[in-house]
Amino acid sequence: MSEVILEMKHITKAFSGVKALDDVNLQVKKGEIHALCGENGAGKSTLMNVLSGVYPYGSYEGDIIYKGETCKFHKIKDSENKGIVIIHQELALSPYLSIAENVFMGNERVSMKGVIDWTKTRGEAKEALAHVGLENENLNAPVNTLGVGKQQLIEIAKAMAKNVDLLILDEPTAALNDEESAQLLEIMLELKRKGVTCIIISHKLNEISYVADAITIIRDGKTIETLKKGVDEWTEDRIIKGMVGREMNNRYPVRENCPIGDVVLEVKNWNAYHPEIAEMQILKNINIKVRAGEVVGLAGLMGAGRTEFAMSLFGHSYGQKISGEVYMHGKQVSTKTVKDAINNKIAYTSEDRKTYGLVLINDIKTNMTMAALRNYYSNGVVVDERKENLEAEEYKKKINVKATSIHQTVGALSGGNQQKVVLAKWMMTQPDVLILDEPTRGIDVGAKYEIYCAINDMARAGKAVIVISSEMQEIIGTCDRAYIINEGRIAGELSHEELSQESIMKCIMDSNAKGEE
Amino acid sequence: MGTDTKKKYVNLDLKSLGMIVALVVIFAIFYVLTGGSNATPTNINNLIMQNGYIIILATGMLLCVLTGYIDLGVGSVVALGAACAAKLVVEQNVPVALAWLVAIGIGLAVGIFSGFFIAYLDIPPFVVTLATMLMGRGLTYTLLKSLTVGPLPQNYAFIGTGFLPTIKVDFAGGTLDLVCVAVAVVVTIGIVLSELKTIKTNNKYGFANIVPWQMAVKDVVILLIVWFFFIKLGQYNGIPIQLIVLGVVVAVYHFITSKTVAGRQIYAMGGNAKAARLSGINTKHVFFWVYVNMGVLAALAGIVLSARQGGANPKMGDGIEMDAIASCYIGGAAASGGVGTVIGAVVGALVMGVLNNGMSMCGMSTDLQKVVKGAVLLGAVVLDVTTKKKKN
Repeated sequence: MSEVILEMKHITKAFSGVKALDDVNLQVKKGEIHALCGENGAGKSTLMNVLSGVYPYGSYEGDIIYKGETCKFHKIKDSENKGIVIIHQELALSPYLSIAENVFMGNERVSMKGVIDWTKTRGEAKEALAHVGLENENLNAPVNTLGVGKQQLIEIAKAMAKNVDLLILDEPTAALNDEESAQLLEIMLELKRKGVTCIIISHKLNEISYVADAITIIRDGKTIETLKKGVDEWTEDRIIKGMVGREMNNRYPVRENCPIGDVVLEVKNWNAYHPEIAEMQILKNINIKVRAGEVVGLAGLMGAGRTEFAMSLFGHSYGQKISGEVYMHGKQVSTKTVKDAINNKIAYTSEDRKTYGLVLINDIKTNMTMAALRNYYSNGVVVDERKENLEAEEYKKKINVKATSIHQTVGALSGGNQQKVVLAKWMMTQPDVLILDEPTRGIDVGAKYEIYCAINDMARAGKAVIVISSEMQEIIGTCDRAYIINEGRIAGELSHEELSQESIMKCIMDSNAKGEE
Repeated sequence: MGTDTKKKYVNLDLKSLGMIVALVVIFAIFYVLTGGSNATPTNINNLIMQNGYIIILATGMLLCVLTGYIDLGVGSVVALGAACAAKLVVEQNVPVALAWLVAIGIGLAVGIFSGFFIAYLDIPPFVVTLATMLMGRGLTYTLLKSLTVGPLPQNYAFIGTGFLPTIKVDFAGGTLDLVCVAVAVVVTIGIVLSELKTIKTNNKYGFANIVPWQMAVKDVVILLIVWFFFIKLGQYNGIPIQLIVLGVVVAVYHFITSKTVAGRQIYAMGGNAKAARLSGINTKHVFFWVYVNMGVLAALAGIVLSARQGGANPKMGDGIEMDAIASCYIGGAAASGGVGTVIGAVVGALVMGVLNNGMSMCGMSTDLQKVVKGAVLLGAVVLDVTTKKKKN
């Protein structure tokens, strides 16, 4: 176990004069799972891109020593030939090609020159899939018929087909639910037993502390320290301390001076059906109430119907045959279109900010005022650019968006800052109810804290806030009360005092048991 | 990234002016090749007269391109609108204004037709407008029985060939129209005032200004172009009516795209339709009105074209949808939508116009002209895409 397979020495990489990596050192032992931790923008992905040859030899300083020899990779193929395979966060699968074809994409099994050998392809695909426990899948099924979890596993099978020695996983569980994540981690441990070395980049510290043998922490492009399992202190708080450079005693800021008032939003008997399959009921008789100054969580497993509920409520943006009543301040309102919802002072930030929240090619200001433009930043026809600039600037300061100016393109911002722009966008519509769907997904610890502070500020301003989250810790840490949703139903309601991971899971289990009876 | 926050000044974004520079360069090349005859007052006047309708189409097309799609049917709508108006005036003695209204109505109808299928039935714009292209052309042939209708009366042709009243004085061996000079003065004052206003707002909000000498060079170049243009027009016959029509159309659409809620919605939808929809923008309405608008502008272009040609024939406007689309791309619009400006599209149309005009004067065959135009389109977009990549 003590043999060093990879050593990266004094790696420095600059982009137009700005150092993204500054004298970074990384030592990975053969057969271990080595985690890279750091906030967004710390340089983890850049380091892995240097290693895999995305940034060719010569564009960085320092040495890569792999299996005892100094490597000069000019392109990704070079590193792959040496057995280094990187799996990026965005999956590199072709959705309409079959599982077998995807396993050998770019690495096709051919008989004569350029002619696919289908027998070999299928046979070897089965072998590769056996490594990840998918040998029983239909090899001819298009990849898009599988869930994200299985697609992630196919990526690993694809790497196995390339005779991988060093596997790099960049945020492999970001899009997976708890169950799928657990399965993936087990497969990583299985690969470790087979002698494959892994480097994993992840924000999910509980997973890292479970699976990794060593953790290297990078902050602002510099190596801070390497922690070893069984030698150093091995807790999430310890890792966070390394990442942010200070102790984070409380990941969730306390909400003080925030009295809870009257009911603002009440939803009664909410039902909705699947947008394509008309007879499939997704939401079943949901009733919720949210009060002014209150932060209410919607917890539950992935696919339980939380996002579906929020989106169907917000302008009927999901589903069909939607029925139910919505009351704002006791008065029944319609939320049939997004415009209706906005005019009735409801706001919704999507879990997928890049697809549903932002126009990435536009600047911060334009994105911030997108939803409120007609109502607050124009006379109905002509845009009031003066007011727009002034208030965008104000919100940028208030919510601490780190950017050179409000005219910077949002596509160039980090995930945390993008999320802040989305929040500002909806705060600008002056809502009474904010529904925040996975408000901290994929963003670093520091930005998370700032988002939580913003949530507290909103509650203090008398808004009713709904937080949808897959991280139970987040629900427990931020909410005054939570509804547990399971299989499209409200499975239970827990007060702040009752909230714990155990009580949430118990609620879900009880509801499952009831469903089976 | 982030290194120049301390600087008080930023460099001029050459990319946004690149096409204006290209326009000047192309014009200069042909000036040499034609021995200066492309800069005669007559030819400068012709440039406007010949390209007016393309500029109108490019303006409307830009909105379609901003949504991420194109309208292939505009050439046919130009012909159909022109054919109807010409036929009504020549054969039925209908008053010109009414005939124009009918033509605009036809454009509106075609726009509603395509807009309905595109926005409310989710049929790809390429397919719908390919259909309107075929249908419109077929209807034009049927209507005109494959014959040319004309000549058009003076009060019809006026919009395509007429001039504003002039006040001529002797100048450099010829005459100069003082109205043109007055317009040039007004434009100059307008440009200077708007630059001053920009500096003032930048200072107020603490935004960086452009390096002063660069700004001065830019403004001097633009003003030189403006004065050159209006002096030439003044030496010819004054301000063409077409120029006024163009000026109004371009000003209105520049205003709509850059200053109104509707314009912002088009950009937002082109940049990310899903995000736009979840921000309360009714993307179906936006789609619908963009195509309705295109139909109306195409009919207007048809009126201008038939007026200049003094008649309508079934082949008119054949293939000009491609020129209009090319103008937008040359002018910096992105094929994926969400990026582009009306001014850019106008400059793009002028680049195409100057090229056509110069090559014809050099005696180049129309076949080769197409090759050059294709190469320029490709070159402009390649330049655009590669400079964007470098930035990242």
